[in-house]
Amino acid sequence: MTTIQPAVAPTIELQDVVKVYRMGNIQVNALRGVSFSVTGGEFIAIMGASGSGKSTLMNIIGCLDLPTSGRYLLDGVDVRMLNDNQLAGIRNRKIGFVFQSFNLIPRSTAIHNVEMPLIYAGLSHQRRERAMAALDAVGLADRARHQPSELSGGQQQRVAIARALVTEPAILLADEPTGNLDSESSLEILRLLVELNDDGRTIVLITHENDIAAFAKRVVRLKDGLILEDHLQEQRVEVSA
Amino acid sequence: MKVVEALALAISGIGANRLRSALTMLGILIGVAAVILLVAVGNGASVQVQSQIQSLGANIIYVYPATQRVGGVAQGFGGAQTLTQADVDALNDKSQAPDIVTAIPITNSFGNMVYQNQNWQASVTGTTQDFPSVRNYDIAAGSMFTGQDVNDDAKVVVIGQTVVDNLFGGDPNAAVGQLLKINRQTFRVDGVFAPKGTGAGSNQDNVAVVPINTAWAYLSGGRGKNISQINIEASDASTVTAAQNEATQVLLNRHNISDATQADFQTQSQQDIQNTAGQITGILTLLLGSIAAISLVVGGIGIMNIMLVTVTERTREIGIRKAIGARRSDILLQFLIESMFLSGFGGLFGIVVGAGVSTYLGTIASRISSSFPPPVVSIPSVLLAFGVSVGIGLFFGIYPANRAAILKPIEALRYE
Repeated sequence: MTTIQPAVAPTIELQDVVKVYRMGNIQVNALRGVSFSVTGGEFIAIMGASGSGKSTLMNIIGCLDLPTSGRYLLDGVDVRMLNDNQLAGIRNRKIGFVFQSFNLIPRSTAIHNVEMPLIYAGLSHQRRERAMAALDAVGLADRARHQPSELSGGQQQRVAIARALVTEPAILLADEPTGNLDSESSLEILRLLVELNDDGRTIVLITHENDIAAFAKRVVRLKDGLILEDHLQEQRVEVSA
Repeated sequence: MKVVEALALAISGIGANRLRSALTMLGILIGVAAVILLVAVGNGASVQVQSQIQSLGANIIYVYPATQRVGGVAQGFGGAQTLTQADVDALNDKSQAPDIVTAIPITNSFGNMVYQNQNWQASVTGTTQDFPSVRNYDIAAGSMFTGQDVNDDAKVVVIGQTVVDNLFGGDPNAAVGQLLKINRQTFRVDGVFAPKGTGAGSNQDNVAVVPINTAWAYLSGGRGKNISQINIEASDASTVTAAQNEATQVLLNRHNISDATQADFQTQSQQDIQNTAGQITGILTLLLGSIAAISLVVGGIGIMNIMLVTVTERTREIGIRKAIGARRSDILLQFLIESMFLSGFGGLFGIVVGAGVSTYLGTIASRISSSFPPPVVSIPSVLLAFGVSVGIGLFFGIYPANRAAILKPIEALRYE
């Protein structure tokens, strides 16, 4: 396992990305030519109403799905050139996922959930220690032995963030990370994301709420599969820890 | 991902649905136990038949009169009386047949035996004093008649335990020295054979053995000096074939037959009989095992069924795993190991149950029926059943595991 070096610009580069789904006879144009790039250390919010294509974009950025046409370069590599196993390797090492519904493995302890990407990375050395350190970083070291069902929503999401961070990926992809949380927990999670960004990690945040997007340094708005606007936020909400 | 981790995952997956996993294992357990038990029963029958054949006499070769050819026309089997005392003497000649220890003539007839107010019927065998050593009989009381008795046409008899039971109330010592009548001729009981039990279909204890000259003189009913078979004892198991060949050669020479296929006698060794019986019991065992194997396959289908359910239930989990970097092979391995774990442990428990029931049946076999053979667990059948059960887990697990492995991550993640 090689540690990911902080990437030199641009980390994510989309060139005229089109995604077409076929649902029975209906053709859905989820993305109709999206181009933008993200450099290392950015905190970008991708916004849009439901159906705007933001989830599709997130799937493509996360290498869970491939574009129908156009190019997606991740660290300069065109992901369409990669096979299934190489894509799995990228998801494992370069990208950390945080989902709206937490997506922890049920019946597995917090520490085991956090450890799992390291297992798939083929790491056997210091696995426990690294997982523990990641849990400690999100303030849940004392909950390591708890199962997801024994944790609050905010705690579960923090475990998910620890899991996303444990392989030290350059990019953290968060898809509506606060969508299932109360405002108190939401703030905690956002604080955590801002802290991580302050440490130099690239954060891509998908959301439909302006309040949430306000924490990002840059906002990309999508509508009907196209970019409506892409601007930097000077008036970023500051989080006091 | 290492197998150890995949195993840990599989165990936690199995542990999550204990009852379902246990029931799935039960299917394989029953299959494996059935294979082991039924093969053990077949094996037990085989062992029993072999030991019964063995008890007829070790290293023994039988010579029977065979189809006699008169002018090229085959006569009926067994009708011929082609064996003579001179043949027996030639077989006992060490210079002609060095591997033959003893050859004895046998003439069989049926005897009506009377002692006081008791009567009984038994096979009466006329032979020589070497009969016990060739045919593996032990003397329980008294003694075998002597060569002198054979030469003198002495009216003496050595009887089996069944005859003692029916005429003398079961006590061998009470029978020795008594006078009984066989076909109205008075014989003195010289000895009693130790019981041998039922062997190869006939009661070997319902016998009365008399000197052959006596049988010819008093019991043959005017059929003359008929020899119904010659029994030959080889020096040991390794020389049986040599002794059989020597006997064939001696008799061909004496009967002036140059073409062995035209022989007017046939030889059969204990080994020949055992081989034939072994083939029959082997088929029986195979048949029983095959029937049981069907239940093993049914158990395998049960595993496949449950694995398909498990994969569907855990679609979302599979999506999560793929999102955090699991490869197809990781997912495949996880579910394959889970199904092989189910079938393997089902198989192990099946071995315990199958071997346990076989052993238990062995201990109570005599109480079920005197002719029920105690099952003998065969180690190859145990290894085979276990191997097959693990193989079944692999075979029936591949399809569900592959279905899990090829799931698209986004679709799996979206699955509710």
